[in-house]
Amino acid sequence: MLDIQKIRADFPILSEKIRGKQLVYLDNGASTQKPKVLIEAEQYFYEHQYANIHRGVHYLSQIGTDLYEASRKTVQQFINAKHDHEIIFTKGTTNSINLVAYTFGRKFIQARDEIVVTEMEHHSNIVPWQILCEEKGCILKVIPLQKDGTILLEDAARLITSKTKLVSVVYVSNALGTINPIQELIALAHSKGAKIMIDAAQAIQHIPIDVQALDCDLLAFSAHKLYGPTGVGILYGKEDILNAMPPFEGGGDMIENVSFAKTTFNALPFKFEAGTPHISGCISMSVAIKYIQDLGLQKIMEYEHSLLEYATERLNAINGLTIYGTAKDKSSVISFLLEGIHPYDVGVLLDNQGIAIRTGHHCAQPVMEYFNIPGTCRASFALYNTKEEVDVLVEGILRAKKMLS
Amino acid sequence: MATINDIQDEIIEDFSIYEDWTDKYEYLIDFGKSLSILDEKYKTEETRINGCQSKVWLYAEKQADKVVFFADSDAIITKGIVGLLVKVLSGHTPEEIAESDLYFIDKIGLKEHLSPTRANGLVSMIKKIKTYGVAFQAIN
Repeated sequence: MLDIQKIRADFPILSEKIRGKQLVYLDNGASTQKPKVLIEAEQYFYEHQYANIHRGVHYLSQIGTDLYEASRKTVQQFINAKHDHEIIFTKGTTNSINLVAYTFGRKFIQARDEIVVTEMEHHSNIVPWQILCEEKGCILKVIPLQKDGTILLEDAARLITSKTKLVSVVYVSNALGTINPIQELIALAHSKGAKIMIDAAQAIQHIPIDVQALDCDLLAFSAHKLYGPTGVGILYGKEDILNAMPPFEGGGDMIENVSFAKTTFNALPFKFEAGTPHISGCISMSVAIKYIQDLGLQKIMEYEHSLLEYATERLNAINGLTIYGTAKDKSSVISFLLEGIHPYDVGVLLDNQGIAIRTGHHCAQPVMEYFNIPGTCRASFALYNTKEEVDVLVEGILRAKKMLS
Repeated sequence: MATINDIQDEIIEDFSIYEDWTDKYEYLIDFGKSLSILDEKYKTEETRINGCQSKVWLYAEKQADKVVFFADSDAIITKGIVGLLVKVLSGHTPEEIAESDLYFIDKIGLKEHLSPTRANGLVSMIKKIKTYGVAFQAIN
């Protein structure tokens, strides 16, 4: 069992008061709060260890480089990648997906080739492909949503064909909480000779991921949703695929040799890491990963699931409240609307009670369009949330509802 | 005829009796509900204000030498806020509108209660209203 009160004490911000009220932070889908060990690690690094990496012969530069590369190994072990050079540090999930669109996409996807996504994708997993399709004349196919916020495997099987070059699907929907059957989707893609990328931005903090067991070709996630720093993300790719992909950005660190006659590129992972990276963030990311590894992601998943079940039951009991996303396999996200009330109004009134949720389209406008709604209120839970906070949310919603009715 | 500042002062006085956020927002909600609904034909891309999480429309027309505003939103609190702007600025000349200093927003503690996304919405509303003022000035 997780000791939630002890965990809460690890996150300084959770004891903040918002306008005199105890903060209830339920916007973890947007970003998670940071444990003290991470904040201290960043501070320690800047106070005692900071220098630019990969270049200097001096002591500090070597320490920084060692920490940076050790962090890469931590990420490798965390998702069980075969090699540490299959772990590319990026700026975040969006950046990782764009990297793939600009490199894999430009090289391996041609006119009339097909890319398959789902209707529940975040804009970050739609727009890069639309830009590519515009440029190359390839075609974006969309696996349609169902009323409960899931997709049907038969639709996927119909849309993923021998014309498909890449399937890029979200593991967990940020707007609905749906956990997609990615094991089956990966098998489907491979059976047609297509590569598959997983957007794991909303999965990595909730579900243990083993990229070798999954056999996905590419996988992207961000550190900041994993209790880590902002501005750091990961692109995992199988070695042969990353090797076949051309470089993304040109610059320092990604070269082997530069001359005006011919420039050659560095080996993995440096080929994709041009310029000075977010060194402190890349290093402290490993501190966040170790923090949740010590707690145990399996235990975290079970605890969050119990929170989700409790919250779903309590919210469903509110008259006039509809939950969007009712899949059997769901992560700890609840999107909801109160009948006849704009989600923005609910968000403002909850905010005034110290309750942080998200309102709007959650960068998934096609989902909102599917349900024909302007947006939703979204409460998303993390390992430090409690049933008492769910109770506060319910009271807050009831109060907002009363004021708005 | 009350000036823009007279109306602002009146609103500030109305809000001064409210002790906590509940009263303020209840006022905004009630005020939002009391406002008439903008006819669908005026809800166009031209009258739509960008930068708000909810949909907001602001329509203006010239009546004699005065500009009259009509606003609507699909969120009731937003409607209350844009309604306050309309209450303050509607029925004044383009010059008065363009040159107005909207100090009441700060004074009634609304700005501090609005997060950046929402504050941006408010900023966009004010910008749009002032643009109308300037545009009608140009027509003159």
